[in-house]
Amino acid sequence: MATVELKDVKKTYAGGVEAVKGVSIDIPDGQMCVLVGPSGCGKSTLLRMVAGLETITAGDVLIDNNVVNRLGPAERDIAMVFQNYALYPHMKVYDNMAYGLRNRGMPRPEIDQRVREAAATLGLAELLERKPRELSGGQRQRVAMGRAIVRSPKAFLFDEPLSNLDAKLRGQMRIEIKAIQRRFGVTSIYVTHDQVEAMTLADILVVMNAGLAEQIGTPLSIYERPATTFVAGFIGSPSMNLMKAVAQGAKGLQLADGGSVVKPRDTELPQGGREVLLGVRPEHFTLVKDGKNADLELSVTAVETLGADTLAHGRPSGSNGSGGEIIARLPGASRIDEGDVLPLAIDPGLAHLFDAASGQRI
Amino acid sequence: MQTKRTVFPNKALPYFLLLPQLAVTGIFFLWPAWQAIWFSFLREDAFGFKSTFVWLENYARLFNSASYINSISITFTFAFAVAFLSMAVALLFAVNVNSMIRSRNAYTTLLVWPYAVAPAVAGILWWFLFNPSIGILPYLLSMAEIRWNHRTSQADAMTLVVIAASWKQISYNFLFFLAGLQAIPNSLIEAAAIDGAGPFKRFRTIVFPLLSPTTFFLLVVNVVYAMFDTFGIIHATTEGGPAGGTNIMVYKVYADGVIGLNLGSSSAQSVVLMCVVIFLTVIQFRYIERRVQY
Repeated sequence: MATVELKDVKKTYAGGVEAVKGVSIDIPDGQMCVLVGPSGCGKSTLLRMVAGLETITAGDVLIDNNVVNRLGPAERDIAMVFQNYALYPHMKVYDNMAYGLRNRGMPRPEIDQRVREAAATLGLAELLERKPRELSGGQRQRVAMGRAIVRSPKAFLFDEPLSNLDAKLRGQMRIEIKAIQRRFGVTSIYVTHDQVEAMTLADILVVMNAGLAEQIGTPLSIYERPATTFVAGFIGSPSMNLMKAVAQGAKGLQLADGGSVVKPRDTELPQGGREVLLGVRPEHFTLVKDGKNADLELSVTAVETLGADTLAHGRPSGSNGSGGEIIARLPGASRIDEGDVLPLAIDPGLAHLFDAASGQRI
Repeated sequence: MQTKRTVFPNKALPYFLLLPQLAVTGIFFLWPAWQAIWFSFLREDAFGFKSTFVWLENYARLFNSASYINSISITFTFAFAVAFLSMAVALLFAVNVNSMIRSRNAYTTLLVWPYAVAPAVAGILWWFLFNPSIGILPYLLSMAEIRWNHRTSQADAMTLVVIAASWKQISYNFLFFLAGLQAIPNSLIEAAAIDGAGPFKRFRTIVFPLLSPTTFFLLVVNVVYAMFDTFGIIHATTEGGPAGGTNIMVYKVYADGVIGLNLGSSSAQSVVLMCVVIFLTVIQFRYIERRVQY
C-alpha cells in the first residue's frame, strides 16, 4: 500500500519524439487512477515509466514518497498486468503465480499459502496444475491478476488488461477487477482507451491527449464539467455535440451555419461577438411538445433505434449543414422518422460553452 | 495441411507431370541405394573378376572390426561436440545481437557469411590456421607452452575438425536462434523483470525454456550435418587421421570403398548410415513437425 505521485514527468525518445510532455498526477493510497485517451497519447508510456520499463527523461516518479526514477522494475515493488497477460507459457498456473515470490527468496510454505489463498479468491483453485494454453481468456486474465496479488505489491499497474476479451467477459472482468482492487485496497494505475472502463473503474480519471493530461478529476466531475472540447468529445457516448456559434449578448447564441439563435437556460452567456462552441450531450436534449419552449429544431436525417433509447441524427433546421451533425438521445418510446422536425429543449444548466479558438471551457 | 486440389481430366497427364521428379529420385537415389544394399551382400575378389554372394558376412565382419567400432564412437563424439559447440556459440551471438537495436541487421548479415563458404574451403582455411609448421595458431599456442600437432595427436586433430565444422554451422544456428528469440514476446521478459528476475535468471527460467523447440530442432539438424555433411572438411584437413582419430563413418565409407576398393564392406557401411539417416528423419518428423511443446 502506498501513494503514487508523478511530478512533471516527461519522456522524449532518442529520435526526438516527445511521447509524454509533462504530466503530474497525485494518487492517494488505495485509489484507482485511470489513464484514458486515444492511441498514441502517451498513456502506456507513462505507465511503463511508473513500472520502470522505460527511462524517465525528466520529472520524478514517487512511490510511497520515495523517488524511484533510478530503481529497476523489481525494486519498485509494483505488479503489472499486461494486455496479452504475459503468462509464462511453459509454466503451470501455480508456478506462474509463485515465480515472483521464488525470485524474492520467500520460504516455500509461505509461497504455497499465498498462492493458494490468491487462487481461492480468484476462483483458480481447480486450475493450478494447468498450463496457460489450457485456459480460457477470462481465466488467463485471472491468473495475471493472481500473479499480481500474491506479491502484495505497493501498486498495481494495468495496461489495457481487458482489450483482448469479448464484450460480455470484459464487462464481467471489469467488475471483478474493481472488486479485487477495493478488497485489497491497492493503489492502482489503469490504462485504457475504453471510456466505459475509464468511467466505471476510476477514482481519479486522467484524460490524456498528445502527451499531456487534458483533465484530471473524478469521473463524474469530468463528465459534468469537461475542461476542453477534447475531453468533452472523448468522454461520453455518443460524444457531445459541439456547435459553432457566435455570442449575441443577452439574445443568446447565433449558430454559425445559418441556424437559429439558441439561448440555453441557466447558462451564463459570454459577451457579444465572441466565437464559441456550444456543447450539448445527446442525452441532455428533451423533446418538447410545443415549439415555443424549444431551444433548437432538429431536422432528422437518420434514426437509430436502440430499444431503450432512440438516437436522432440531424441538423438544426434552417442550417446549411456546415456545422456538422447533431445527435439527440431520446427515450426509446418516442416514435421518430427521417424528415421529422423535432423541437428540442436543452436541459437547464447542462449546456457547455467553449472558446472556439482555444477549445478551453468558458 | 490444406492444399488446393486440382482435378485432371486426363488420367495419364498427372503421372506424366510427375515423371521428371520420379526419374530423378529413381536414378539418383533409389538405384544407388539399391546398389549399395546389393553390394553389401557380395564379396569381390582382389582383381574384380568375380563376386560371391556372402549373405551378412560383410556386416558381421564390420561389427567385429575394432576400426569400425572406433569410427562409430568417433562419429558420436564428433557429432555431439560439433552440435554443442556450434549451438552454444550461436546462442551467445543471437542473444547479444537480439539486444541490439540499430546495428542488429548489420551483425546478422556479417554472422551469416561463413555459411556461404564451401566445406572444403573452410577446411583448408582452418588447416592453414592450425598448420603445425606455418599456422599462426600453433605459433601462438607454443608461446603458452602448448605443442599443437594435429598430424600426430588425435585429440588435436579432433579439436581441429570440430572447430572447422562448427564454425560453418554457427551461422545457420545463429539465424534460427535469433528468430526464436524474436518470437518471444517482450512483455514476458518485462513481466519476469517486474517479478524480480535478473538477466541471467530470466534467460535460464524464461528465455531458454521457450527456445527449447528451436534448440531441439537445431540439435537434430546439427547432428545430421556433423555426421553427413562434413566429409569435405575432414578430407581437406586430417583425411581421417592420425591413425583413424577423425575417421568418422562417412569418411570411412569413402576411405574403404574408393581408396581401399573394398566395395562389400563399404556398401555395408553405407547401409548402416542409411539406417541412421532414416532414424534421425523419423525423430525429426515425429517430434519437430509437432512444434512448440510447452
